[in-house]
Amino acid sequence: MSSRPTSAPRGGHALRIALLTVVLTLITLPLVIWVLGPNMPPGKGTDVAKAQVFDNTVLLVVMTPITMFILGYLVYTLIVFRAGKADPTEDGAPIRGNMRLQVAWLVVTTVAVLFLAAFGTVELLSNNGSGGGQGPSPIAKPDGGALPVQVIAQQWQFTYRYPTYGGVETAQLELPVNRQIVFHVTSLDAIHSFWAYQLGVKADANPGVDNVAYVKPKTVRTFQIRCAELCGLWHGYMFDTGRVVSGGDFASWIRRQQTEFRDVTKVLPPYATTYNPDPPGRAG
Amino acid sequence: MITLVAVAVVAVLIAAYVVFLTNGPTPYRPVASGTGASRSVDLTLQTVAAIGPKLSPNESWVSYLVRENGVWHRSTVWTLPAHSLVHVTVYQFDGDSGLRNPFLSKARGIVGGTFTVNGKPMSMINPDDASHTFAIPELGLIVPLLGVADDAKNQCDYAPCSMSNAHNTITFTFRTGAKGHYRWQCFVPCAAGFVYGFGGPMQTIGYMDGFVNVV
Amino acid sequence: MRLRRLIGFNLLTGVILGIVGFYVGWWLGHQINAKSIEYFGDTNQNDVGLFVAYFVGVIGFLVGLGFANYPLQRLAGRPPSLREKEAGGAGRYFGLCTDHKVVGMQYLIGIGAFIFIGGLNAMLIRFELLTPDQHAWNANNYLTLVGLHGTMMMGMMTSGILGPFANYLLPIMIGARRMAFPRIEALTFWLLMAAGVILMTAIGFGGFPTGWTGYEPLSDQANMGMDAYIAFFALVGLSMTLLGLNMIATVITMRAPGMAWGRLPMFVWGTVSTSILMVLAAPVLISTLLMVMLDRTAQTGFFNPQTGGSPYLYENLFWVFGHPEVYILALPGMGILLEIIPVFARKPVWGYRLAVAGMLGITLLSFLVWQHHLFVSGINADVRPFYMLSTELISLPTGFIFVCALGTLWAGRIRLSVPMLFCLAWLFNFLIGGLSGVFLSDVPSDVTTHGSFFSMAHFHYTIMGGLIFTFFAAIYYWVPKMTGYKINETWGKVHFWLMFVAFNATFGPLLVIGFLGMPRRAVTYAGYLQGANQWVSISAFVLGFSMLIFLANFVWSQVFARVPAGANPWASKSIEFQLPSPVPVQNFDRIPTFGPDPYPYGDGVGAPVRPVATPAGPTR
Repeated sequence: MSSRPTSAPRGGHALRIALLTVVLTLITLPLVIWVLGPNMPPGKGTDVAKAQVFDNTVLLVVMTPITMFILGYLVYTLIVFRAGKADPTEDGAPIRGNMRLQVAWLVVTTVAVLFLAAFGTVELLSNNGSGGGQGPSPIAKPDGGALPVQVIAQQWQFTYRYPTYGGVETAQLELPVNRQIVFHVTSLDAIHSFWAYQLGVKADANPGVDNVAYVKPKTVRTFQIRCAELCGLWHGYMFDTGRVVSGGDFASWIRRQQTEFRDVTKVLPPYATTYNPDPPGRAG
Repeated sequence: MITLVAVAVVAVLIAAYVVFLTNGPTPYRPVASGTGASRSVDLTLQTVAAIGPKLSPNESWVSYLVRENGVWHRSTVWTLPAHSLVHVTVYQFDGDSGLRNPFLSKARGIVGGTFTVNGKPMSMINPDDASHTFAIPELGLIVPLLGVADDAKNQCDYAPCSMSNAHNTITFTFRTGAKGHYRWQCFVPCAAGFVYGFGGPMQTIGYMDGFVNVV
Repeated sequence: MRLRRLIGFNLLTGVILGIVGFYVGWWLGHQINAKSIEYFGDTNQNDVGLFVAYFVGVIGFLVGLGFANYPLQRLAGRPPSLREKEAGGAGRYFGLCTDHKVVGMQYLIGIGAFIFIGGLNAMLIRFELLTPDQHAWNANNYLTLVGLHGTMMMGMMTSGILGPFANYLLPIMIGARRMAFPRIEALTFWLLMAAGVILMTAIGFGGFPTGWTGYEPLSDQANMGMDAYIAFFALVGLSMTLLGLNMIATVITMRAPGMAWGRLPMFVWGTVSTSILMVLAAPVLISTLLMVMLDRTAQTGFFNPQTGGSPYLYENLFWVFGHPEVYILALPGMGILLEIIPVFARKPVWGYRLAVAGMLGITLLSFLVWQHHLFVSGINADVRPFYMLSTELISLPTGFIFVCALGTLWAGRIRLSVPMLFCLAWLFNFLIGGLSGVFLSDVPSDVTTHGSFFSMAHFHYTIMGGLIFTFFAAIYYWVPKMTGYKINETWGKVHFWLMFVAFNATFGPLLVIGFLGMPRRAVTYAGYLQGANQWVSISAFVLGFSMLIFLANFVWSQVFARVPAGANPWASKSIEFQLPSPVPVQNFDRIPTFGPDPYPYGDGVGAPVRPVATPAGPTR
């Protein structure tokens, strides 16, 4: 075993790694911005989904140079700084740190992190909560009115209630296009999570809690609804397909529902943000 | 030698574990009659307040049973032909529990929009009188099952119940549609003693939950 | 003659007394509530009986192993024995032994066995996901498999590195002959084994549907298998707390002359920061689970909204434990990373203080981030920006670890031996794990990724890609020291490359699948994801196969081939490699004195220790 110290490398390596990082970043960044970014899920069908796509793209843009630096550095060092065949246990230079580099790293990562946190906060607040559940008293709200739609989760299906249409409850979810929607998500039993994937909406359904989420659909389409919180035996089967339709189609659809479910609407409890139905607790 | 024995023992244990995991109710396949759009099968079920010691170690669990060649089995996995009419008869021996969501007291997805209770056609029942539901949410099918009145005489203690016990007879018909693997379940919180009435038999295949294999 | 050696306080007696205790407790539990708690009659499940059975069973198991002897002898006024079973042959490994090296070996084998079971469950899960609909296992059992896999891994791997490697190496690294509390050290191992067996009994009691998070009220509805989850995690929590306390006490009180805090090897720092998390976080888990137990047995309503409780309370308490928990899994890996890279780059750790600051920074921050698991739950929506900030701040200390590892590689003499390959893989995997974590910490992005396969793939990148890879690095690096026999390098490389490629082929696509809308823990998925899921399943099977290659290589090298490793197979300057392989019972003839740098590579000096009196070379 040799402990003979070797001299530190000259600046050429650092320059080459910097160059490698820049080149790799210049190649990948346009791909991220113009190819990957616009195609990021969950698509651009609603205002909040579009905001999430923008958000995801910005995150990728910030990450790309850091990733390219680390990968470039790793590949370069693993190729260049290999042990010699003659003396595989020859020691490297005893470099124990570099205060300026450490401070520089700290500054760069801190700036990136603070930017991301600030950016995320602004995006969250300026997009009506970006489609996430905000609890009973949301701070990020749209201006003006919104069509309330209640999502009632139970083991194991979602049903929907439209309080402005006589409190009619439906088995399907239909939404009018270009109208601000406010979901009131609640549960009758265990914890579920209402995930309308293409809408960019996810809100946990908790018993006794009114969880509010906003969305404004922009295109006529269908969307997947899935339960995103483990809720028991049929969690994997708690899915559904919703539809965004034109205003006229929505009006006639909701009228049909009102007619079809007229008798059962009478026996429903009055519309409330949460329900505490009988039988309570341990039934029997 | 010891290594071989150890490997063999581990392999046997893994195989036993895997076999154990597949353990579930034996599917029941009723015989279809007719062809084309008029092809149909009969499905005869009963629901009981307690399954009893003969049919399950969980003797006080509430359960569905299916009749096969005149014998009642505890199977909730059924194989049914595609695009066919299924005539369902449910002998309902259990009392009422009430629905947590009254919306589910209205029948949906059945032929003609009505079911019969003891021969009387209905499209919905009082949600508080529901004992169980038969529901295949993916097919939009739900039928509420009226519970036996609390003061009825000669109530059935545990399965299999005889026709002399107090019961309601519910019949309805639905169309199976495309091939697929659909879950069915009960929506009434009928599992006594569990939080929200939704534990035990409500979350175990073979009691209040099962599959319909449409082939 | 040989049979007589089976009689006494050992594993066999422990298992027998454990089983007897289980049935005694079962009977006892049924006596307690035969009349008083009526609803057991309705539900056909007597949770009190099962809890008492587990409790008495564990007591019986520990008594059989001999844990009651010492307190009973002290009560009877006999002089205490400081050591138990430290001398003697293979029998030491099958009972209570206070030699920290024996406990380390016990942990390695014991935890390895349970990780094998956890991995097997992962294979079965992936088999089910070959098709978009339930097809292989009984529908109840899919969720049980998910729960068993997650719970087993999260529970067992908390001690996956601290158990085998910190127990074995930490006293040596700080120049001590034993741990501060050797009996407690042994207790942590046997508690963990009892816990693992209890968790496996869940399948006999109907399984449990909640995954490793055990959210209420679902856990209150669950079958008796849930009781196994509760007993398992509470015992693991107890084991973790004791393990952490023991480590901290040992490092504080038992450092040899010259071993100042600023000279601790990085692995010791990783162990200390992990132990702090264990001591502070695990008791929260234990008390939370006791509340769940009371909800299930005594009908209290801590977490049930209809009796005045709150599921949010459970979510908060669980994640107050749960987020430190994931760093309990990550930090030991970081310690191993910075311990091994200097050896194979032949350089001192770059930025020692920065690395320590990174580990302690993670320790501190990990207590302030838990509500990022609840971004869409509707809880405290207006404090989400705070949790977004604190979560993203954690990437700063994590970045310290990265930059220190990268700096150590700079101008090194890098040897790509198997332990080094696993450490380099950590850098790649944890990079992806960390960056994917940024999506989850950002609330708008989390709306889509939360609860999807994306978050599942993210934490597999950090835990499997971080912890398991360094776990294998540690095995290849230290097991030759622990047993005295080499592990075949060629097959080690085959294992590494197969595992690395298969790991990324499995979890890389899962990041995409999650973004495309597949929720976690669901047995069904949309048809358009079938091709991707089949690719992932097959990659997962290859990943599982790579583990079999490891197992075969490990057993072959250690049991059959037995090529002596010598005292210092890696030309390391760490103190443990200046001792003979395997390390003798008392570690050192004389307590060593430590020099200024634990990694004196390039200084033209030898090991940082003088004098280690025991000559290098096998002693037995």
